[in-house]
Amino acid sequence: MKTNFKQLKEKLIESVLMLSGAATSITVVLIVFFLFIEGAGVFNRKPIDDGYLLVVNATNKVKTLQPSQVKDVFDKKITNWNQLGGENRPIVLFRTSDITEYYTEEELGANFEHFPEKINELIQKQPGIIAFFSDKYKSDKFSGKELDIDKVKVWEFLSGEEWFPTAQPIAQMGVKPLIYGTLWVSFGAILLALPIGLAAAIYLSEIAQKRTRSLLKPLIELLAGIPSVVYGFFGLVVIVPLIQEMFHLPVGETGLAGSVVLAIMALPTIITISEDAMRNTPRAMKEASLALGASKWQTIYKVVMPYSASGITAGAILGIGRAIGETMAVLMVTGNAAVIPNTLLAPVRTIPATIAAELGEAPNGGLHYEALFALGCILFLITFGINMLVELVTNRKAHKKQ
Amino acid sequence: MKSQNKLARKKRISQNIAFGIFTAISYAIVALLFVILAFIVVKGIGVISWEFITAMPSNGMTEGGIYPAIIGTLCLVLASMIFAFPVGVFAAIYMNEYVKDGWIKKIIKQMTNNLAGVPSIVFGLFGMSLFVNKLGFGDSILAGGLTLGLLVLPVVIRTTEESLKAVDSTFRHASLGLGASKWQTTSKVVLPIAFPNIITGLILSIGRVSGETAPILFTVAAYFLPKLPSSIFDQAMALPYHLYVIATSGTNIEKSRAMAYGTALILIIIVLISNLLANALRKYYGKKVKMN
Repeated sequence: MKTNFKQLKEKLIESVLMLSGAATSITVVLIVFFLFIEGAGVFNRKPIDDGYLLVVNATNKVKTLQPSQVKDVFDKKITNWNQLGGENRPIVLFRTSDITEYYTEEELGANFEHFPEKINELIQKQPGIIAFFSDKYKSDKFSGKELDIDKVKVWEFLSGEEWFPTAQPIAQMGVKPLIYGTLWVSFGAILLALPIGLAAAIYLSEIAQKRTRSLLKPLIELLAGIPSVVYGFFGLVVIVPLIQEMFHLPVGETGLAGSVVLAIMALPTIITISEDAMRNTPRAMKEASLALGASKWQTIYKVVMPYSASGITAGAILGIGRAIGETMAVLMVTGNAAVIPNTLLAPVRTIPATIAAELGEAPNGGLHYEALFALGCILFLITFGINMLVELVTNRKAHKKQ
Repeated sequence: MKSQNKLARKKRISQNIAFGIFTAISYAIVALLFVILAFIVVKGIGVISWEFITAMPSNGMTEGGIYPAIIGTLCLVLASMIFAFPVGVFAAIYMNEYVKDGWIKKIIKQMTNNLAGVPSIVFGLFGMSLFVNKLGFGDSILAGGLTLGLLVLPVVIRTTEESLKAVDSTFRHASLGLGASKWQTTSKVVLPIAFPNIITGLILSIGRVSGETAPILFTVAAYFLPKLPSSIFDQAMALPYHLYVIATSGTNIEKSRAMAYGTALILIIIVLISNLLANALRKYYGKKVKMN
């Protein structure tokens, strides 16, 4: 009886432990599920605000428009319907606020009660009109033609060059500038951090005395412990003005500022992982090299470095991954301009910074909200791919060793 | 003979140059750390006073203190640790003591690694979608604490696993040989020995949690609250978010700069203390075990 109870207890405990063991796996699955459910929603929507209409005269031949075409029309880059496959007729833009140009306040009524019929009348009268208004102004005897707007397409989302998710009448959802911004800033950071980090790793693993090493290493690890928002603050009050002065820029919040801050943040990762890899070089290999008359420096770059190449690569890739996902520090120093960067001395905007800056203002479940989750999916996939790459690099090394 | 000498000299010179550069760079990195710390300490030390840590913010957050942000961060640390510590330690025990090498272990390991690589802003998105919206917790300490808890889970698991691995397996064999069950061995023999190291990991995770900003942006953090949170379903202010807000978007950025330096210093102090404490514990118990 007692042993039975004991066995039951053991089993019970083991299942609790197993459940805890599964926690991380469950979390990853849940993250993927929720991120992609919310993010995929954006591709099932028209990039026009809920409850708003784009209406043309019933005789107009044009039936559907691409989001980018609508934007060009309202930006007056396209001014004639024949550019859109319609008749040769100038386009007349109409937004709700334009109504006073056509009708007096008396005609519209004290409480705008005649508003719907007047809009309808106007659309009938003007063959070249394109009207953007809320569907609460759609009258019962509505006789215009609603334009069909294409849904957001995955390819357009990825390759679009403009990110104005709250633009009216049509939201522009091109993430290309954000992806470029993220990659520019991150690679800039690694370019700065890798040589410096490698030098420090070599010093720590091969040159420094044991005592110096045990003194320096915790300090470098401390760099990793400083919260990213503090780095962002430091960047904002020190590095940004410095860059502004050095390059005589109108604003110091640039991609370069982001790269410098991220480089400082990536250093501990690169140093720790590369140093570990170097210290794993078999002593016999190093001693053989030294015994053949090679100097310590020759041994380092001819024996230790090649041996630990995969570890160093893993460190660098992991550093890039961290940099790509970093949010607060970048948000605070890069200036957040959503344009495709052609120099690191201009403001750029990264994917994480966009999410952090905009999600607070995006209405729950709306188009903008879902677009930001789609950005989250892209970010997740990039970092996931990078982790897999690291795994691959380190595993290949393990195989070689065997 | 002469050319050999020349070669040796050249070798020595290039080595000296290279080593000199590496040494200089390493010390430069450490110097950079001190510059960052010194900068914030010098600018922030004048701001810190008893009032600063015990008073409410006032006058558009340009005066007064950061008391509610400190309390909020404490609540968040507590909430996340209540979740992450037991789950993380149990998971590590399962991984190290129970499950045999095989595909289950491989998958869990891989997934834990993957979770550790997920960017913090993605945790924020996830927490908002699941805890705030789907489960209906709203912006609350519960939602933010759980999100942060999931974020540090891999850290807790990793450090606990390391501590368990460091326990000599002869202890386990001895206990099992005396007829103790697996759980008895784990709870009475392995855990007590590994305990100091596990606590070290806990302290480090606390340091990490208290500085995270992105995950709490949309799950708990409030721009300004005139009162303290009274339940886990309340919003709260938090130190890192407070620093972000007053550094970038306060009502008067110039005037609130001093408050920002003070807040940054408090954050740095938390991180420093947790790191020093963890290191000291590690050293102290490391010596003790060796003496035995």
